[in-house]
Amino acid sequence: MNKPIRTISMFCLLLFAALLLNSTYLMYVRADDLAEDPRNRRVITAAFARERGAILVGKETVARSVEVDDKYKFQRTYAQPFKYAPITGYFSYYSQTGIERSQNDVLSGDDSRLFVTRLVDMLSNTEPQGGNVELTINAAAQDAAWDGLQALPGDAKGAVVALEPSTGKVLAMVSSPTFDPNLLASHDLSDVEDASDQLQDDPANPLINRAIGTTLPPGSTFKLITAAAAIESGNYDQDSLVPGGAKFQLPQSTTKVGNWQGGSCGGNKITLTQALAVSCNVSFLTLANELGTEAMTEQAEAFGFNSTSLEDLPGQASSLYPADMDAPQTALSGIGQSSVTATPLQMAMVAAGIANGGEVKRPYLVDEVRAPNASLLDKTEESTYSRAISSTTADQLTDMMVATVDDGTAGIAAIPGVRVAGKTGTAQSTDSRPPYAWFVSFAPADDPQVAVAVMVEASDTAREEIAGGSLGGPIAKAIMQAVMGS
Amino acid sequence: MSQSGTLMGFVHRRRRGAELFLLLIALVVGIGAYAAVGLGVEGTIPTDIVAYGGWLAALVVAAHIAVRLVAPYADPVLLPLVAALNGLGLAVIHRLDLAYEAAGKDNHTFATQQLTWMTLGVLLFIATLVLLRDHRTLQRLTYTSGLAGIALLLLPFLPVIGGQKNGAYIWIYVAGFSFQPGEVAKVLLVVAFAGYLVLHRDALALAGRRVLFVDLPRGRDLGPILAMFGVSMMILVLQNDLGSSLLFFGLFLVMLYVATERPGWLIVGGLLFGAGALAAYTFVGNVQNRFNFWLHPMDYYESSPGSYQPVEAMFGMGWGGLIGRGFGEGMPERIIYAESDYIIAAIGEELGLTAVMAVILCYGLIVERALRIALISRDGFGKLLAVGFASIVALQVFVVIGGVTGLIPLTGLTTPFLSYGGSSLVANWVIIALLVRISDHARRPIPRMTDVNDDSDSESTQVVRLR
Repeated sequence: MNKPIRTISMFCLLLFAALLLNSTYLMYVRADDLAEDPRNRRVITAAFARERGAILVGKETVARSVEVDDKYKFQRTYAQPFKYAPITGYFSYYSQTGIERSQNDVLSGDDSRLFVTRLVDMLSNTEPQGGNVELTINAAAQDAAWDGLQALPGDAKGAVVALEPSTGKVLAMVSSPTFDPNLLASHDLSDVEDASDQLQDDPANPLINRAIGTTLPPGSTFKLITAAAAIESGNYDQDSLVPGGAKFQLPQSTTKVGNWQGGSCGGNKITLTQALAVSCNVSFLTLANELGTEAMTEQAEAFGFNSTSLEDLPGQASSLYPADMDAPQTALSGIGQSSVTATPLQMAMVAAGIANGGEVKRPYLVDEVRAPNASLLDKTEESTYSRAISSTTADQLTDMMVATVDDGTAGIAAIPGVRVAGKTGTAQSTDSRPPYAWFVSFAPADDPQVAVAVMVEASDTAREEIAGGSLGGPIAKAIMQAVMGS
Repeated sequence: MSQSGTLMGFVHRRRRGAELFLLLIALVVGIGAYAAVGLGVEGTIPTDIVAYGGWLAALVVAAHIAVRLVAPYADPVLLPLVAALNGLGLAVIHRLDLAYEAAGKDNHTFATQQLTWMTLGVLLFIATLVLLRDHRTLQRLTYTSGLAGIALLLLPFLPVIGGQKNGAYIWIYVAGFSFQPGEVAKVLLVVAFAGYLVLHRDALALAGRRVLFVDLPRGRDLGPILAMFGVSMMILVLQNDLGSSLLFFGLFLVMLYVATERPGWLIVGGLLFGAGALAAYTFVGNVQNRFNFWLHPMDYYESSPGSYQPVEAMFGMGWGGLIGRGFGEGMPERIIYAESDYIIAAIGEELGLTAVMAVILCYGLIVERALRIALISRDGFGKLLAVGFASIVALQVFVVIGGVTGLIPLTGLTTPFLSYGGSSLVANWVIIALLVRISDHARRPIPRMTDVNDDSDSESTQVVRLR
């Protein structure tokens, strides 16, 4: 009977080899696939129970994990929840947004740059810990931006972005109304679901980061781009005379478009500088019509329209300058109407590009990434997004914007002893809603440290007062002062 | 056969010292795992570690002493392997108890019950060795044990004591205890098969017809295999127990093949099994479901009945990876029945592929030792018994671990020595006792060996000395 016993032995050997191979396949080869399955609660719970790294603004910690005595061990807490929510986002059991999402690998400790730390943790049998993320945000500027938006009458919706023109660092980013990420990070999951439902159903969309996530007609602030295109064409400079009459006859149409408060802009022919300073619609309608769709699209795209630029936050909407507009639409686009839309970040990039001699820096929010032991892992290098205009064009535009503050519509942002460059904007939507108020500026004009874009979507302010930068101007001024003062 | 070894002058050594050394290592595994569970889950070594360790050590040493006294030539590897697996199983069940307790479940004393059953198992192990001095005695009980086995299989259908659980009629309930008579039945059936086959092997082996290089058996000899096939199908259809059905039929086929040395039986059996499986697939909805869950586990995760259990096991094992999460760091309690059928998934999640491989290798070694005993056993009955027990372990391990890891469709069976379950644990300890008994007999030097010496005086003195 020994021969069949040997055969059976070989058969058993095969069975056990199959078991060994299949276990290896399941637990080693397929392990990553299984971990990525969204239904795999183990992976989700473990990530939720990890000691995540902190998100820092200067010396301040805006998000950190605090040890608690429950099954998830660490509670994510946000020290200044509303002010920083659009940037940090939230970290809940179900999902993440903002920096919590884009820097998830670093914060959770899974990033390849943290490999050595992870190995040490594993060998010393300590709980893995995430790395820290330091933001480019200037706390004083952020405070000024937040306080400014909150000081607006009524339930103002709006957003503010401040950039450092020479690097692209985001110095402030605020959106209002916003939400409390602490509610969503709670370990009581039914509370989280309630809070989440409530926020999602809120008609004011508090979960949207308006600074990068909503695009609205930029109004007169877009005249900067029209002016830039005009000067870049070689046919104009800041002193060139442009039409400044009371009405512009739209091409292929019987409609005539006038200026904001009716009347002319100070004569039938005015200088380009004066046209910008008084925000003369007729001048820029004429210019856009003359330059044509192609030149205008090219200039808008050079500043960042029709694409996205910020890699550190999810959810950036691309600002739109449609390339297929007809002649009347193109003319209207010259004053930031028709189908042109922009995010506050985009308009801040326009101001920063002009401030930086025509070179637009790619905006970024993550300055440094540090290991749990505070050693530097990575520092973001500034990079050029595009060269939008030549430096001479930039110089001329700067002079024109300074004139706009000194003698024009943007006077509200003037700071004694500092040359401030600025431009107001008021965009029409429908008659039933108040227009959007915009304000872009940078300072000091000779050595720009900060470029700001303020957008106020709706507020209880009377229609007439929205114009002239009375809403956005003071906020921009406060931010510029905060940056220059620090 | 095995006599060739002794003719060459090879005599097995007792190797009891080696067994003791291996048992100490097994105790380190069992008690160490228990301590690791305490450290991992509660942060401290359990306060009852001394009592627990002492009890485990006492059981193991008692078994060892029994072997030393009544089966001195027994295989030295079997007992340590079993002790290690049983100890590891206890620790993992204890870890799951802690998780169940934390989750507020009522039933979280599986480990205590399992330790009681292990004690009973070791006592039966010793009793078997002491009472059964020669396994060939069992040959007399061929038909008795066959009938008893069938009777045990039918017990769950009786009113009052029988009953169904999860749709399967495999449990009986007596005086507050539940018991799976099928686990004991499988031991009895191996004895019955071995006794029957060793008597009828010639008839089954010699007659037949040759078709395409394969000797097919005669029609009239198909009786036993058809009877066994009927029993298997009965288990499948009436008891709704796919695993046991497969186990019994596979076991019978292997023993039949070994007894007759004719692969033709495997072909006949394979065809029968294929037909049975096809019929089961077509007519039993449960089987179809399991087949679908096996092929597309991810598609049925949320349905009911669905593949939640196997998918959770797969998630857990993948999560464990190469070295596992460590005791207390995984979530094996997410797997339904993690303490019994799915214990290998719990091990995989917290101890990793390394431990899963170690466990599979331990089973592989048990099977290897059992088959080796079959090879060197001097009597046909002993050979068949050993092959039968080896096949039970091999098939059961393959069916369970293969099912849990997704190699084959899932069938409910316990993992020998690891899984929570008194009947299975006790029956498996008796199987090991019988293997130890057969191996002691096979490895013992043959008294008649001195016959080659012509000196009649020395022969008589030898006879006296050995009594």
